[in-house]
Amino acid sequence: MSSSNCKRRIVGALAALGALLVSVAASANPVPWQMNLPYGVTRVSHQIWDLHMAALWVCVALGILVFGAMFIAIIRFRRSRGAVAETWSHNTVLEVCWTVVPVLILIGLATPATLLTREMYNATDSQMTVKVTGYQWLWRYDYVSYDGKPVTKVPTIWSRLAWDSNRARQLDSGVSPYSIVDQKTGYHDYLLDVTHPLVIPAGVKVRFLITADDVVHGWWVPDFAAKRDAIPGIMNDAWAKVDKPGIYRGQCYVLCGQDHSAMPIVVKVLPREQFNAWLATQENPARLDQASRTADAAAPKPLPAKG
Amino acid sequence: MSTPAVEVGHYQEHHQSFFERWFMSTNHKDIGTLYLCFSFLMLFVGGSFAMLIRAELFEPGMQLMQPYFFNELTAMHGLVMIFGVIMPAFVGLANWMIPMQIGAPDMALPRLNNLSFWLLPFAFILLLSTFFMPGGAPAAGWTMYPPLVLQGGESIAFLIFSIHLLGISSVLGSINIIATILNMRAPGVDLMKMSMFCWSWLITSFLVIAVMPVLSGAVTMVLFDRFFGTNFFNAAAGGDPVMYQHVFWFFGHPEVYIMILPAFGIISEIVPTFARKPLFGYRAMVYAIACIAFLSFLVWSHHMFTVGLPLGAEVFFMYATMLIAVPTGVKIFNWVTTMWKGSLSFETPMLWAIGFIVLFSIGGFSGVMMALVPADFQYYGTYFIVAHFHYVLVGGALFSIIGATYYWLPKWSGHMYSGFWSKLHFWSSVISVNVLFFPQQFLGFAGMPRRIPDYNVAFANWNMVSSIGGFWFGATQLIFVGVVIHCVFFSRAKASSRVWEHAYGLEWTLPSPAPHHSFTVPPVVDDSQLVQTGATAH
Repeated sequence: MSSSNCKRRIVGALAALGALLVSVAASANPVPWQMNLPYGVTRVSHQIWDLHMAALWVCVALGILVFGAMFIAIIRFRRSRGAVAETWSHNTVLEVCWTVVPVLILIGLATPATLLTREMYNATDSQMTVKVTGYQWLWRYDYVSYDGKPVTKVPTIWSRLAWDSNRARQLDSGVSPYSIVDQKTGYHDYLLDVTHPLVIPAGVKVRFLITADDVVHGWWVPDFAAKRDAIPGIMNDAWAKVDKPGIYRGQCYVLCGQDHSAMPIVVKVLPREQFNAWLATQENPARLDQASRTADAAAPKPLPAKG
Repeated sequence: MSTPAVEVGHYQEHHQSFFERWFMSTNHKDIGTLYLCFSFLMLFVGGSFAMLIRAELFEPGMQLMQPYFFNELTAMHGLVMIFGVIMPAFVGLANWMIPMQIGAPDMALPRLNNLSFWLLPFAFILLLSTFFMPGGAPAAGWTMYPPLVLQGGESIAFLIFSIHLLGISSVLGSINIIATILNMRAPGVDLMKMSMFCWSWLITSFLVIAVMPVLSGAVTMVLFDRFFGTNFFNAAAGGDPVMYQHVFWFFGHPEVYIMILPAFGIISEIVPTFARKPLFGYRAMVYAIACIAFLSFLVWSHHMFTVGLPLGAEVFFMYATMLIAVPTGVKIFNWVTTMWKGSLSFETPMLWAIGFIVLFSIGGFSGVMMALVPADFQYYGTYFIVAHFHYVLVGGALFSIIGATYYWLPKWSGHMYSGFWSKLHFWSSVISVNVLFFPQQFLGFAGMPRRIPDYNVAFANWNMVSSIGGFWFGATQLIFVGVVIHCVFFSRAKASSRVWEHAYGLEWTLPSPAPHHSFTVPPVVDDSQLVQTGATAH
């Protein structure tokens, strides 16, 4: 093999690896062998991804520096190579340097982090409010307001683990998790699919009011970087403005009992006109009746089971 | 070199029966041995829980157990490893080494020492017996957050009582260590000439005394909520579940430093010995530990960035947390600089110390990343956190304990252990621990929550890799058992009193094995036997 051929192969392999990393980053749902945070679909999630990568590279650089120095020492200053130990154990300049320089690096990371935290805490000017309530082990969504008007006629959405996943996850069910596939997309949605997703409009700043009814849960959609603990007696808020329609998935992240792994979060983001049309059908009183009936059938009595 | 006057044998003339020696002991070495053997046993108890956890997580779907039992395992794995392995092992090392390093005959309060050990086995009998109770063991994680923990069965009374006992045990042990270090130093062993291990334990002891009662208070409130009708954490009656988290982590964060500061001390002992060069920046090392201990009280809410703290609190705790990276960085830099221009050799303890520096740094790096509030919103509650604290607790604390065992075992037993097997133990551990925990960082980034027994198929590959690393790491620790048993009971290779060519400190002036009572007469100390302060580099 010629050396140029070899070089080309290496470049090709690196490009493929790079493409894999990028595609992983751009993917909306977790994929096999994924190694990095999702890039997400909101401005905040993009900014977090950038901050995360900056911190990661700072750590990699420091790691190369520290481990590199250590391995040079391990190779050069071996007794078996005849190294003679010196006796010094102080160097004020060096010690001041490696106290001050890390402080500067940390300030460099803390500054964008502070600004971004402030943005994440700014839920003002939201055009829609949805109340999210965690139960053992399902989510309840109530539309509170939209476009400055209270939403009163849309039925509650009870969102629990999809029935095919629920069957497969039972001990000795004999159903392979790999057989659970979304019919339309072919996505393997085992433990990441629900009976009724939350539906929100694209391009609208949505505020989520997050609480829980029994124990502490956690509501998180990684692609939105919207995340807050759902705590009984406390109303937390998070927000997201999603521009790209699609289906986004997350999971409860606070241990909440035996079925902690079985209360996924699925949010369906519709283009605004479609969402408005959908909401109108939901508001139809006849539809309301039917919806509450199907909701009852789909999600058996949502009263939390007390241990 | 002056040989200290040691009355070897005087106390050994009085023959002790097995029961007298091991159950009624007030001797610091015997109690140290009991602590170390106990934590060794618990390592395999907690480790077996980990093996079951990794077995269930080997592939998606539920194969081996019900989800509730999985939750019992994760909770008990944490409690056993923290309170049954890492803390008692460090106290055992303190018992063995502190009197020998400061030139004292024994600990200051020998009977208290006996009590603080013997509380432990009973505490763990109570705790582990909950597996056999109706309703099962506690299953709300080692953090025991209400309201979830309140859903547990009657067994949580046993959990809480055992935590009270463990708290009393470690507070008494710490009082003893402080009393010993402050009162029993031989003339000439000044505080600023004391070994780094003694320094790290002196500071750790104050942390223990400050925060263990806080944990006891937190779990007592849980006890009252569960059994006596109070409503500290019951939102429906005006209680506040978040208050528990604040109180718990006010204990919990100093607790993580309780589990790592003695490790810093150990590494600061091992590295200069095998670099044949004085520890770089001794004073800076002492101040760095004190600084970390102080800051550890000001950062607890970084465990709760997503609970809905006000913006100002988020930012304050972010800055305070990042600040801890500075003294911690100083320690890492100082160890590396100690090795620089030394004359290095790589006996087993040195390998573990170098392994510690690398793995602890990796854990430290992920710690800095999760100190950033916005980034932590994407990390919190995921496997990235699991990877982080296992890097610092397994790659950090446990590696330092194993390194310390290999460093001082010849002194304790009077015999050398197998170089080949102990090095095989190291290489197998350091590779498998990365196979085990490195992929967990990827899983966390990909969004896999912690404390789940079952997961989407996208997470399958890395989980399988991690499980293979887990079984490998677990099996590797059996080598450790073999090496230690061989060394103590079967090894013919006699250890010299110095053991390691360039080992400094008073413990190396005693014969190997060390006499039953360390220094019955205060040794005549000259500075060359103590910490090597060395010269200033130009």
